[in-house]
Amino acid sequence: MTATSAAAAAYVVAGLLFILSLAGLSKHETAKTGNAYGMAGMAVALLATIGLAADHGISGTGAALLVVAVVIGAAIGIWRARVVEMTGMPELIALLHSFVGLAAVLVGWNGYLSVEADLDAQTEVSSDLIGIHSAEVVIGVFIGAVTFTGSIVAFLKLSARIKSNPLMLPGRNRLNLGALALFAVLTVVFVVEPNLLVLSVVTVLALALGWHLVASIGGGDMPVVVSMLNSYSGWAAAASGFLLGNDLLIITGALVGSSGAYLSYIMCKAMNRSFLSVIAGGFGNEGSAASSDVDYGEHTEISAEETAELLRDAKSVVITPGYGMAVAQAQGAVADLTRRLTERGVEVRFGIHPVAGRLPGHMNVLLAEAKVPYDVVLEMDEINDDLAETSVVLVIGANDTVNPAAAEDPGSPIAGMPVLRVWEAERVVVFKRSMNTGYAGVQNPLFFRENSRMLFGDARERVEDILRAL
Amino acid sequence: MHIGVPRETRARETRVAATPATVEKLVGLGYDVVVESGAGAASSFPDDAYAAAGARVGTAEEAWGADVVLRVNAPAVEELPRLRDGATLIGLLSPAFNPELVEALAQRPITALAMDAVPRISRAQSMDVLSSMANIAGYRAVVEAAHVFGRFFTGQVTAAGKVPPAKVLVAGAGVAGLAAIGAASSLGAIVRATDVRPEVAEQVRSLGGEYVAVPAGEQEASADGYAREMGEDFNRRAAEMYAEQAGDVDIIITTALIPGKPAPRLITEEMVASMRSGSVIVDMAAAQGGNVTGSVPDEVVVTDNGVSIIGYTDLPARLPAQASQLYGTNLVNLLKLLTPEKDGRLVLDLEDVVQRSITVVHEGEKTWPPPPVQVSAAPAPAAAPPAAKEPAPPPEPPRPGRRFALVGVGAAVLFLVTALSPDELIQHLTVFALAVVIGFYVIGHVHHALHTPLMSVTNAISGIIVVGALLQIGHDDAVVTALAFVAILLASINVFGGFAVTRRMLAMFTRGPGQKGAAR
Repeated sequence: MTATSAAAAAYVVAGLLFILSLAGLSKHETAKTGNAYGMAGMAVALLATIGLAADHGISGTGAALLVVAVVIGAAIGIWRARVVEMTGMPELIALLHSFVGLAAVLVGWNGYLSVEADLDAQTEVSSDLIGIHSAEVVIGVFIGAVTFTGSIVAFLKLSARIKSNPLMLPGRNRLNLGALALFAVLTVVFVVEPNLLVLSVVTVLALALGWHLVASIGGGDMPVVVSMLNSYSGWAAAASGFLLGNDLLIITGALVGSSGAYLSYIMCKAMNRSFLSVIAGGFGNEGSAASSDVDYGEHTEISAEETAELLRDAKSVVITPGYGMAVAQAQGAVADLTRRLTERGVEVRFGIHPVAGRLPGHMNVLLAEAKVPYDVVLEMDEINDDLAETSVVLVIGANDTVNPAAAEDPGSPIAGMPVLRVWEAERVVVFKRSMNTGYAGVQNPLFFRENSRMLFGDARERVEDILRAL
Repeated sequence: MHIGVPRETRARETRVAATPATVEKLVGLGYDVVVESGAGAASSFPDDAYAAAGARVGTAEEAWGADVVLRVNAPAVEELPRLRDGATLIGLLSPAFNPELVEALAQRPITALAMDAVPRISRAQSMDVLSSMANIAGYRAVVEAAHVFGRFFTGQVTAAGKVPPAKVLVAGAGVAGLAAIGAASSLGAIVRATDVRPEVAEQVRSLGGEYVAVPAGEQEASADGYAREMGEDFNRRAAEMYAEQAGDVDIIITTALIPGKPAPRLITEEMVASMRSGSVIVDMAAAQGGNVTGSVPDEVVVTDNGVSIIGYTDLPARLPAQASQLYGTNLVNLLKLLTPEKDGRLVLDLEDVVQRSITVVHEGEKTWPPPPVQVSAAPAPAAAPPAAKEPAPPPEPPRPGRRFALVGVGAAVLFLVTALSPDELIQHLTVFALAVVIGFYVIGHVHHALHTPLMSVTNAISGIIVVGALLQIGHDDAVVTALAFVAILLASINVFGGFAVTRRMLAMFTRGPGQKGAAR
């Protein structure tokens, strides 16, 4: 058993552990085990790789640098993971994706510098494979760079450091296609004659493309974007695997890439969007000139005390939270309300729209943080048919996901998107900061329904008011 | 402008068109309000309360002589001269049933608005008097029944024996019917309700009632089954259902009305005879001819077998304070619409469909009947030309033939790429293809709540790119080493941060019963 074969064996083990990890994460019961498998796989992979590096005769400085880099990285990573607010989760994950992208770019550049640019030292790659190696370098750098800037833009949008409105450049689809075509040409050029200039141009091109792809997507569609970037980061790792001839990277990258793509596909279906137009960027912009001049009538306001009254007399209550709950940090108060009502014998459940929040499953994480038991937290399809028999629905900071126009108005920009049919309940109380529209920029006729009441103000303060009144 | 609120003159009318609470809002709209002394007495609103709310208490002449006169009932024709020229009269004018009144109103240079002609569109809900009065009437019907009924509504087990709950049948689940269902079930009775519209079953259940459908007819074998005969068949089955229910229930409340026609006869003499002694029937349609044989408007009839049939037609007026408050609020909402500037100046905009519908006489000109209103739920206003886009057809699932073709093309491309690759790459491609498939299937049934943890764990796993960087560090080239150092650093943040944050999230997911343990 040589060091190389031992490392290869360890890689197989690590690959299987990663598969078990993803499989475990599909269910509540096995989720923690799944995470443990993931950590074990990563530990095996790291140890094997360090062993391999040592066997290749790594220099003393190199070893020292390696340890320092891992230690610093681990310290920063664990520190961020500890202090992050659950509402800040989308930003953190988007930022982490950008790190993978940047690392892939760096690995790709290194691949070029240590092979093509250094012809004397060509020991690892035989000369007939050099063309393929070059192609792998370009592809790896390209995917990595797109992931990097895409994630950065997503991070900036999610953390509200830049406006989340979609950027609308003229002919944006042609820009994207042009960039791809240019990339194909440059790849051929680089394979024929590898040089630093072409690689730099590809890098810059990919960075610009990544920026543009995500900048042209509105903030409301961020859950799909984050999951899509997750997938890209996997493909970036897989490309690096081809570059280095490392099967573990290929397996892991492909796992992450395809599972992320599938997750995005599930979400696209939930939003009734075309999967292709998401990957191409800039989707969800058609029909933005919503017919805002339609007269929907008047909305009726309600006070926190009256809401408390309604809840006291209710038989069953369904809470449908949205991004507004995260913004107002209202999950703790909502959980208190849930407990209080449950003690009174009111049946309280949660209805979560697949794209509520800015991250897939965002609401579930917030509610879990506030210790809401997960078996009362139901998915849209599980609760939709029960809504008609519900006494009171509390819509907390959700808008487009409860918009009846999606179901009833074929001319609406969000027509056909499955929504929570809250308007079928006996009473709907909508917690909202103002009468502004949601992310899709579409007016919501729900607010003007005769069984709807508006409760204006900060969601957390209003929920606390209700708690006091109870 | 002045608003006048005269006393109601119709016999047994207890309501008033403004209460102290609504007066305050009218004053807020910029109007000066004159209330006839004693106008609210029957609704328990004393003159002092009106004065305290900002109204002036005056004589009948002052109230009638105001610019805007608010009434509950239509004035008698003899009262019309009391209105001054240019005045606006608002009340329940029932123009469809009162052609003489409409003619008489049109003789004067005045404007008359009928509150009971508000179209049933959602924007006008807040002014819909018929709904708000029907709601009260339905509630009061139950109270009247309970008053006459000699027993409890709710079932009880007491030391003195067991009391069975009363059984109530509500015929017709409109606004009044639903209010009756709600009131009776909150008194504890077993409530059943029927309606010819099966879609109201849900609303009935939501108020605690049980929906009784007319049983579906057996398949008619005869080929000459005309539609009318089917209608007769339906009526026969409905009658059977009512007969069956009548023998079982203690209280029947009927609310069935057909617009513009006499009320349908639902409960026949035989059905009444089959009811137990002491049973009560409230016929809310008594004024329109009655749903029940033997009901007399405004009277309680006791049949030979001891069944009381209540035919009151003034049910809302029997809850005067409540009815006045709701009617007054409907009026305030209308005046809000008519006073866009909130400056106490009434502006009638006949372009507006609500305002047009209620206008019976405009400045001495008869404008009744108004053009029909589109009551459909989706009003199509004169939209911009490119509006009303065709609804995008749902994406068709690809036909099997096309799917096979796609798979075939994909397989061929994959075959060519692989076949033309060097050996080493083939091995990698094999691994890659299999891993893609596994990744797809392994999360196929991921629970929706776990999307975020799944994403953060895949994110941590994609930090595996650290392996690549690890193999590159320690290269002789300083640049390569530096880049690899940065790559390792970034990827490590990812690996450790990703797993740590996933752990933290998963630790939060708890199941219901476990949560109680944690709270201790």
